[in-house]
Amino acid sequence: METHAGMPEESLLLEGLRSGDQDAYARLVKRHGGRLLEVSRRLLRSEEDARDALQDAFLQAFRALPRFEGQSSLGTWLHRIAVNACLMRLRTRKARPEESIEPLLPRFAEDGHQQIPAVDWPEPCDRLLERREIRELVREAIDRLPESYRTVLLLRDIEEMDTAEVARALEITENAVKIRLHRVRQALRELLDARMREVTKR
Amino acid sequence: MSETYIKCEEVITFLLAYLNGELPPEKVHEFERHLAACPSCVAYIETYKKTVDLGRGALAEDLEKAPELSDELFKAILDIRSRE
Repeated sequence: METHAGMPEESLLLEGLRSGDQDAYARLVKRHGGRLLEVSRRLLRSEEDARDALQDAFLQAFRALPRFEGQSSLGTWLHRIAVNACLMRLRTRKARPEESIEPLLPRFAEDGHQQIPAVDWPEPCDRLLERREIRELVREAIDRLPESYRTVLLLRDIEEMDTAEVARALEITENAVKIRLHRVRQALRELLDARMREVTKR
Repeated sequence: MSETYIKCEEVITFLLAYLNGELPPEKVHEFERHLAACPSCVAYIETYKKTVDLGRGALAEDLEKAPELSDELFKAILDIRSRE
């Protein structure tokens, strides 16, 4: 099958889906399922909840398919449905007590200076990301963030939802989203800092 | 006329508002005056930005490398479809 930027293949798939072709549906799930499960896993941090959310997502996608007009790729469309399915689950989850983010924030001296003055991490990001140990380090650090803050990081910085969308999704004010985002990025920076200075030493 | 000299703590606390262009012009001026004289805050901003990019980069890779669904889950999802 010839593909030019993947479009003809996707149009064929879409036609198959619209005509209720079971095989097209199976191809859709096969192509996107693994990735969408990973999206769900990282938002929900529970294998069981992620699987449930994934099934919700495909059910919703199937029902919404007649309204899909190809404004985005199927993958992007499904991705958004999966994120929404996860957000629904997060909303109904009972709030669990979580650690405060305060200990992870930067400290300042009485005179307002940084207690541990920041220094740059010399290598550029794309070089850093080539190293598996750095990717691991970043993942582990993200996992250590308190849940409600981590969710904001994922939704804003990774899923790239805007402030208003995140506020609606999490049922908090836009201001609260902005404050949380800044604090969680600060916390992540602190978690990474000591190791990043070490591994980027010349 | 008194000049205010803001400290690192204020710069770092309100950093996101500054980067988003949400601070009033006088505040921006104070920030920039501080940054001109404070290499630690300049470094802080660099590493803050790198933190965001690293988070994105590391997690993007997870998606690219995600394994296929288990047979069991795959079948469960197809089942949903056939029950509709």
